[in-house]
Amino acid sequence: MYLKIDHVDKTFQRGSQRTEVLRGITLDIEKGEYVSIIGHSGCGKSTLLNIVAGLTNATNGGIILEGRQVDEPGPDRAVVFQNHSLLPWLTVYDNVRLAVDKVFWKTKSRAERDAWTLHNLDLVQMVHAKDKRPAEISGGMKQRVGIARALAMEPKVLLLDEPFGALDALTRAHLQDSVMALHQKLGNTVMMITHDVDEAVLLSDRIVMMTNGPAATIGDVLEVPLAHPRKRLELVSDPAYIKCRAAVLKFLYERHRYVEAA
Amino acid sequence: MNMTVAKKKLTGEVVSLPQPAGAETVVQLPVTGRPVLKKLGAFALTAATNIVPPMIVIALLLGIWELLCSNSGATLPPPSTVWNDTKELIFDPFFDRGGIDKGLFWHLSASLQRVALGYAMAAAAGIALGTLVGQSTWAMRGLDPIFQVLRTVPPLAWLPLSLAAFRQGQPAAIFVIFITSIWPIIINTAVGIRNIPQDYRNVALVLKLNPLEYFYKIMVPSAAPYIFTGLRIGIGLSWLAIVAAEMLIGGVGIGFFIWDAWNSSHISEIILSLIYVGIVGFVLDRVVVAVSSIVTRGTAKA
Repeated sequence: MYLKIDHVDKTFQRGSQRTEVLRGITLDIEKGEYVSIIGHSGCGKSTLLNIVAGLTNATNGGIILEGRQVDEPGPDRAVVFQNHSLLPWLTVYDNVRLAVDKVFWKTKSRAERDAWTLHNLDLVQMVHAKDKRPAEISGGMKQRVGIARALAMEPKVLLLDEPFGALDALTRAHLQDSVMALHQKLGNTVMMITHDVDEAVLLSDRIVMMTNGPAATIGDVLEVPLAHPRKRLELVSDPAYIKCRAAVLKFLYERHRYVEAA
Repeated sequence: MNMTVAKKKLTGEVVSLPQPAGAETVVQLPVTGRPVLKKLGAFALTAATNIVPPMIVIALLLGIWELLCSNSGATLPPPSTVWNDTKELIFDPFFDRGGIDKGLFWHLSASLQRVALGYAMAAAAGIALGTLVGQSTWAMRGLDPIFQVLRTVPPLAWLPLSLAAFRQGQPAAIFVIFITSIWPIIINTAVGIRNIPQDYRNVALVLKLNPLEYFYKIMVPSAAPYIFTGLRIGIGLSWLAIVAAEMLIGGVGIGFFIWDAWNSSHISEIILSLIYVGIVGFVLDRVVVAVSSIVTRGTAKA
C-alpha cells in the first residue's frame, strides 16, 4: 500500500463544545492512482486533505506513506491550495524556485535548480510569464503556477484542494485537461478534493464519496472504469461515463442530500 | 509659453511637410514628434496642477499676513520684515563662529543626527519587539498592556528621567527620540505579523522553511506594508519630539535655536526656523514613503 489513511477521526474542541468532523476514515491509495474525494460542503473533506498534508493532526488514527507514519507537513505531500497561495512579492519564477531551492538545495546544483524550475513552468505552459508577479496574471494562470510549484517538489503524493473551484467554467475545463495530461505524463499519485461531479468522473480512477457531517465518513467508493487518456468530448456520450456520473449524483442528491443548517 | 510655441511649430511642420517630402516622411514625423510633445504637455500639466494652486494660496496668505502685521501695534513681524531680518541666515547657512553661534545648516544637521540615531535604534528594537509580540501569544499578553500604557506618555515627560539616567544632554535627547518613535513601530509590526495570511503560513509549513527562512521569506515581506506604516508614523513623531527636547537640553540644534531666538526676541528667526522644521519634517516623511514604495513593491494583495 502506497498511501494509507488509517482509521482517522477528527474532533475539533472549542471550549466545552466538541464537534466531531470525521469518523473512522480508512482509505488506501495505490501509487500513481488519481483519487477524488467528493462530498457536500462542510462534510470535512478539506479537513481530511489537511490531515494527509500534515497541516492538521488527526484526533485518532494516522497517515502512512510508503510504510512510514507522517504527522507533520512536508514537500513529499505537496499541496495545491484552492486560492493558489502564491507569494505576491515574488515573481512566478521565484515562487517555484523557492520550492525548488528548499527541496533540492543539497541534491541539485544552482544551474540544475534553475533548469528544473523552468522545466516545471514549461509543464504548465507558464514560462512566458516567469518574470511576472501573481497580481499580473489571471486566476487560471496563478493556479497553473501553483501546480508547477507543487510538481517541482517531486512529491510522493500531490494533494489538490478544490484546485479549480475559484475559476470560471472555461478556464476550469482547460486546466482540468492540463492536469489530466500531466497525470498521464508524470504518473503522480493524486488526491483531489472536489465538489464537482463531472470533474471527479473525468479525472479520477476512483471517487470517494463522503457522507454529510457531523461525523462524516466514507459513504461509498466508485471505480471509474474509463481508459486513459480521456477525451472530454468523447466521454459525454460514453455509457460508462454516464453511469459513473449518475452513480455519484445519486449518492449526493438522493442518499445523502445536503442538509442546510437551519 | 515656450511649449505652445513648440506645439504650433510642430503642427505647422506636419501640415507643410507632405508637399516637398512625400508620403513616407509624413508617416515618420508624427511617430517621432508626438510622444515628445505629449510628454512635455503632460509634464507641464502635472506641474501646473500641482504647483500653481499652492503658489496662489501661499501668495494670498503672505498678503493677508503682511496686511495684518504691518501696522505699528502688531506683535509679530510681517513677511517683509522676516525676509529682511533673516536674509543673512538664509543665504549663509554654513557659518560657524564657535559655540552655539552657528548657521542654520549646523543646527538642523545636529538635530537630524540625533533623530537618525534615536530613530534607527527605535526601528531595530521596534521591529524586533513587534515581531515577538506578533508571533507569540504569551509575549502579546504580557507586553501589550504595558506598551498601550507607555505609548501614551508624552515625549517630554521622559526627558527628566532620561537626563537623570544619562546625566548628559546628548544621550538623553536621543533616548527621548527612541522612546517616542518606538511605539507605533512595535504596534504596527505586531499587527502586520499577526495578519500574515494562513495561506502563506501553510506554504511555509509544506516547504518546511526553518524559522530564519520563514522570517526573511514570508514574515518580513508579508508584514512590510504594516511595518512601514509604523516607521512613517515613527519618523513624524521623532521629528516632533526633537524640537521640544532640544529646547530643554540646549547646545546645538534647531530646537535650541528657536528657544535662543525667543530669549533674544528675534521673532523673525523663529518664523524662519519653523519653516525649516516643517520642510525637513516633510522631506523625512517623503524619504520613508519612497523607501517603503521601493521595498514593498509587489507586496500588494495578489
